[in-house]
Amino acid sequence: MNILLSIPIPTVIQVGLTIGFVAVYTLLAVYAERKVSAFIQDRLGPMETGPHGIFQTFADVLKLVTKELITPSAANRWMFALAPAVIFVSVFAAFGALPLFAKADEMAMNIGLLYIIGVLSVDIMGLLMAGWGSNNKYAMLGAARSVAQIVSYEVPATLALLSAIMMYGSLNMQEIAFQQSIYTEEGVRMLGIWDLSQFGGITTWGIFSYPHLIIAFVVYLIAGLAECNRAPFDLPEAESELVSGYHVEYGGFRFALVMLAEYGKMLIVGIIASVIFLGAWNSPLPNIGPLNLASWTSGEPGSRAGILWGGFWIVSKGFLIVLLFMWVRWTLPRVRVDQLMTICWKYLTPIGFVLFFLSGIWKVGETYMSLGG
Amino acid sequence: MGYFENIGKSIRSLQNGFGATARHFSKLGKSRKHRGVEDDAYFEEADKAVTIQYPMEKIPVPDVGRYRLHMEGEDCIACDKCARICPVDCITIESFKATEDLGYTSDGSKKRLELPVFDIDMAKCCYCGLCTTVCPTECLTMTKVYDFSEYNRDNFIYHFGMLSPEEEKQKREALDLIQLAKKQAVAEKAGDKPKLAKPKLARPKMKKPLLKTRPKKEED
Repeated sequence: MNILLSIPIPTVIQVGLTIGFVAVYTLLAVYAERKVSAFIQDRLGPMETGPHGIFQTFADVLKLVTKELITPSAANRWMFALAPAVIFVSVFAAFGALPLFAKADEMAMNIGLLYIIGVLSVDIMGLLMAGWGSNNKYAMLGAARSVAQIVSYEVPATLALLSAIMMYGSLNMQEIAFQQSIYTEEGVRMLGIWDLSQFGGITTWGIFSYPHLIIAFVVYLIAGLAECNRAPFDLPEAESELVSGYHVEYGGFRFALVMLAEYGKMLIVGIIASVIFLGAWNSPLPNIGPLNLASWTSGEPGSRAGILWGGFWIVSKGFLIVLLFMWVRWTLPRVRVDQLMTICWKYLTPIGFVLFFLSGIWKVGETYMSLGG
Repeated sequence: MGYFENIGKSIRSLQNGFGATARHFSKLGKSRKHRGVEDDAYFEEADKAVTIQYPMEKIPVPDVGRYRLHMEGEDCIACDKCARICPVDCITIESFKATEDLGYTSDGSKKRLELPVFDIDMAKCCYCGLCTTVCPTECLTMTKVYDFSEYNRDNFIYHFGMLSPEEEKQKREALDLIQLAKKQAVAEKAGDKPKLAKPKLARPKMKKPLLKTRPKKEED
């Protein structure tokens, strides 16, 4: 990712390292998912492969990679083979625009968030290709449900992000991150009144400066869950009715790619949420009196300490949200299709519009005040 | 239900659900110790992980567990009752009259039959335990061994026969000699006529008691 992109090495190696990061993250995430589910259900989870089963997912991937790639005779060969690549590339491309630490200028895209939302939407094409190309009723139904769900939930997700973007006045994720940082020059004003930038930490986070974004954060998390096809919105892969949805015909490396994309998308949603709402690469610890926790746990932008602390905080925030998603998955049962659409169109979308409206009022008020004052 | 009531109710039920899973998660995979119900700490185990890492840890089974069959050959009188009651026919018994004194079983029954073959196919066995209840000398019992998987299906046939093939051959030859000698002795004593009459009398004699005993059992 950006850490890697700032190192002067050939692009191919950078891309390879990024894929490696996503792959290792996925291995750990699948292991974490198994352990979390086990502990929630009073089980032990994988225990055999390695100490406490930590090599279980490595073994699984080894098996997947060595498996034969089987294309069903009734499948559309090209679509079937291309779909996992489309899914993976769309998710992987989104990793490029994430601001991992201060001054990752190579990726400080001025339309960063728009790019990520757009690129992630290509994922839907891949799902549809997989479902259609498999020529299997379960895959087709799963893909249809998946597309309906993701297209629907993109509305509240984008509205929630939009209400935040309006407050920051920028699509540039690096710019958004700086606005929540102790290193900003303009100062961070809670409710537009008190400048808290000398405290830093959690007090400069988006959800703290603009409290209505707490609701936007929740809306985005729920919509993000649905976009990742995760429980309780896992109708597209409902095991009990659709076997496993759009990837039912996939095996071996292609299946691994689909899984990689699925978990990668979860991390992206987590990192987007932490960039927009939870202070991006900024430390969560505030300066309290003589204890300069915020300054101690973050480095100057561009310095080595800044890169390491920034990377550490943003990745931990992303992982925490991924863990939250796992907790949700093993707590809530799957919703029905009508409930899915009710949640989206009757609850999240109106709430998103109200937040959008609030942000607008806020901005108008701010402009009015600045003109008046 | 109103729109906002709905939202409030959802939030409360989410709180409940997440609270429940968080409580279980906080136990973080502590394994159970396998205590009996008489142990005071028995009910504390309910909070812990239910997983049993099988080959490494096992739940203790009672000493009177009824799993794999075992046959104590020394005590068997080869009555064949077990083989006949078995609903899946998994017991095969072959026996012949003993030529020498086999002694007594541990409960004092006289052993009169040699037992060359007593095979139990544990792959067929349905663990009903009928064979153990009919066994008159209680030589056929169920043990608490329950893990006896095999790579080869033939290994599921347990051989409890008492004679090696050579011994069996020897003893059968001995028996044949004695029976031959008996036949000759009978033939010398009574010429040809009784020889023809004997089977005619023997058949009704065998059938009558069989018919009589059946209704008697039902009355009991």
